[in-house]
Amino acid sequence: MQLFPCPFCGPRDETEFHYGGDAGNARPDGADVPIERWANYLYLRGNPKGAAREIWVHMNCGEFFVMERDTVTHKVVSSTALGGELAA
Amino acid sequence: MTRRYSALSLFKEGLVGQTGWRQAWRSPEPKPSYDAVVIGGGGHGLATAYYLAKNHGIARVAVLEKGWIGGGNTGRNTTVVRSNYYYPESVELYGLAHRLYEGLSKDLNYNVMLSQRGMVNLCHSTAEMEIGARTVNAMQINGIDAELFSPEDVRRVAPIYNFSPDARFPVFGGIWQGRAGTARHDAVAWGYARAANRLGVDIIQNCEITDFIVEGGRCRGVQTTRGAIRTERVGMAVAGHSSVLAAKAGFRLPINSYALQACVSEPVKPILDTVVLSPGCGVYVSQSDKGEIVIGGGLDRIPSYAQRGNLPTLETVIAGLLEMFPIFGQLKLMRQWAGIVDVVPDSSPIIGPSPLPNLFLNCGWGTGGFKAIPAGGTLLANLLATGKHNDISRPFDLDRFASGRLIDEAAGSGIAH
Ligand SMILES: Cc1cc2nc3c(=O)[nH]c(=O)nc-3n(C[C@H](O)[C@H](O)[C@H](O)COP(=O)(O)OP(=O)(O)OC[C@H]3O[C@@H](n4cnc5c(N)ncnc54)[C@H](O)[C@@H]3O)c2cc1C
Ligand SMILES: [Zn+2]
Repeated sequence: MQLFPCPFCGPRDETEFHYGGDAGNARPDGADVPIERWANYLYLRGNPKGAAREIWVHMNCGEFFVMERDTVTHKVVSSTALGGELAA
Repeated sequence: MTRRYSALSLFKEGLVGQTGWRQAWRSPEPKPSYDAVVIGGGGHGLATAYYLAKNHGIARVAVLEKGWIGGGNTGRNTTVVRSNYYYPESVELYGLAHRLYEGLSKDLNYNVMLSQRGMVNLCHSTAEMEIGARTVNAMQINGIDAELFSPEDVRRVAPIYNFSPDARFPVFGGIWQGRAGTARHDAVAWGYARAANRLGVDIIQNCEITDFIVEGGRCRGVQTTRGAIRTERVGMAVAGHSSVLAAKAGFRLPINSYALQACVSEPVKPILDTVVLSPGCGVYVSQSDKGEIVIGGGLDRIPSYAQRGNLPTLETVIAGLLEMFPIFGQLKLMRQWAGIVDVVPDSSPIIGPSPLPNLFLNCGWGTGGFKAIPAGGTLLANLLATGKHNDISRPFDLDRFASGRLIDEAAGSGIAH
C-alpha cells in the first residue's frame, strides 16, 4: 500500500486518488481547431517510462493537483496544487 | 535428428533414450539486413513472422526480442481464449483468431493445449440479464456461438458458485460461449517460434531496439543492442512498451500503460470445469490442467511500468473471488505477478501503419490480446507484405481516433478498464 501526498490533506492511502492524465495537456480553444488537434488532446498520451508529470484528483477532498512521479519505481518526486497546467 | 513431432517420432525417440531431439529454434547472429523486421518476441511478433513466411513467402525475417520470447504478457496471462465481443469489427477480428486457434496445434505441429471448456459471463441482476440478452443476440447475429444461460444452466457448469440466498452477487443467469476456453500460453509462443524457425525466420533474443534508423522521412531499419539492422519494413508488437518505442520513432499513441495482475493457487483436484467471469466481483477464474486455480481481475489503478502489480487491486480481486466461491477460502496462493498492458480509450487494438512510413503497428491489445494472437499475426504480416490494410484490419487503424470511428469494446473486453 502506497501513500500519495495530497497538497491539501497530506499523505493519504493511494486508493483515495484517481489518475487524471498528462499535466500540460491543454484543451484547445476557439471555433476552428483542426480535427487532429482535438484527437491529440482527447486521446494521445506521453505515457513515459520513468519520470512523469501527471494530473491527479484526491477523491476525498475533490482537489486536482500535479504529481511528479516515476512510473517504474512509483517514487513520488513532488505534489503541487494546480497552477497554469490546465490553461492553454 | 528428429524435427517433427508425431507418434512415430515419439516412439523412435523412446527407443534411443530421447537423445535425438533438436533445438526447437536456432539462435543465429543478427544479419545486417532483412526483408522485414518484427520488434517483440511475444505471441503477436512471433505469429507475424510465421505468417510472413507462410502466407506471403517472405522468410528473410528477424524477430528481435529484448529479453526472452514469451517473457512479456504472452507468458504472463491467464490463457483465456474466446470471441464473445459485441461489434461486427471485433467479431471479424477475434472470430478469425478463434478459428485459427482451433487449427493451430495441427498447423504448427505443436500442441498448444487448446481446451474448449466453455466460458460463462455471469449476470447478477435483471438489468444485467437484459444486457446479457442483448450481447447474446449480437453475437448470434454476427455468427458467433452464444447462449443465454438461466441460473440452472450456470449451476450445471459451475456448481461450486455461491448460490446461497444471502450471496452478495446472486446469479440471474449468464452469457455462455461453449467454444471459449484456455490454451497453454508458453506453447503458443514456442509453437510459433519453432514453426517460424523452420520456415527460415531468425529469432534473436537478448536484442533490444534502442532507436529507429530514419532516412528521407522513412524508417529504414533499427538500432539494437546487437548492432544496426537495415530493412524497409518494420512491424512492432511490444505490448506495454508501445509508447516507449513510439517516442523513439517520433510520435505519440492513444495508450496508457498499466500493470495487470494475476495469481494462482496450489494445485487441487478438478473442481471447476469452465471459465467463470463475474463483472460484479471483478474477477475471472479457471482451473489449469495442473489443478491450480488461475485468478485474474481488473487493471491496476495507477499508470505504471512496474511489472509487479500493487496490493489494493490484488485485495479487491481476492475479496471478489471469495464472494464467488467461498469454498476457495482455504486455498493457498502460490504466485502473484503482473504484466504491463497497453490500454486504449476504446479497448480495441491498434493495427495499421504508424505516422513513420515503413513502420507498422500491432498494439493496444490491453488486457485481452492472447486470444487474438493468430489474428494479430496474420494482419500485421499482411500489412508488412502488402503495405496495405485488408478488410479486417482497416477499422483498427490509428486514424479512428481522429475520425471518431471508435470501436468501444469496454464491455466486450470483459474486465473493468
Ligand atoms: C495478468 C494478465 C492476464 C491476461 N489474461 C489474458 C487472457 O486471459 N486472455 C487474453 O486474451 N489476454 C490476456 N492478457 C493479455 C495478453 O497477455 C496480451 O494482450 C498479449 O500477450 C500481448 O501479446 P504481445 O505479443 O503483443 O505482447 P508481449 O507478449 O508482451 O510481447 C512483447 C515483447 O516485446 C518485447 N519488447 C519490448 N520492448 C522492446 C524493445 N525495445 N526491443 C525489443 N523487444 C522489446 C518485450 O520484451 C516482450 O517480450 C493478459 C495479460 C496479463 C498481463
Ligand atoms: Zn486532499
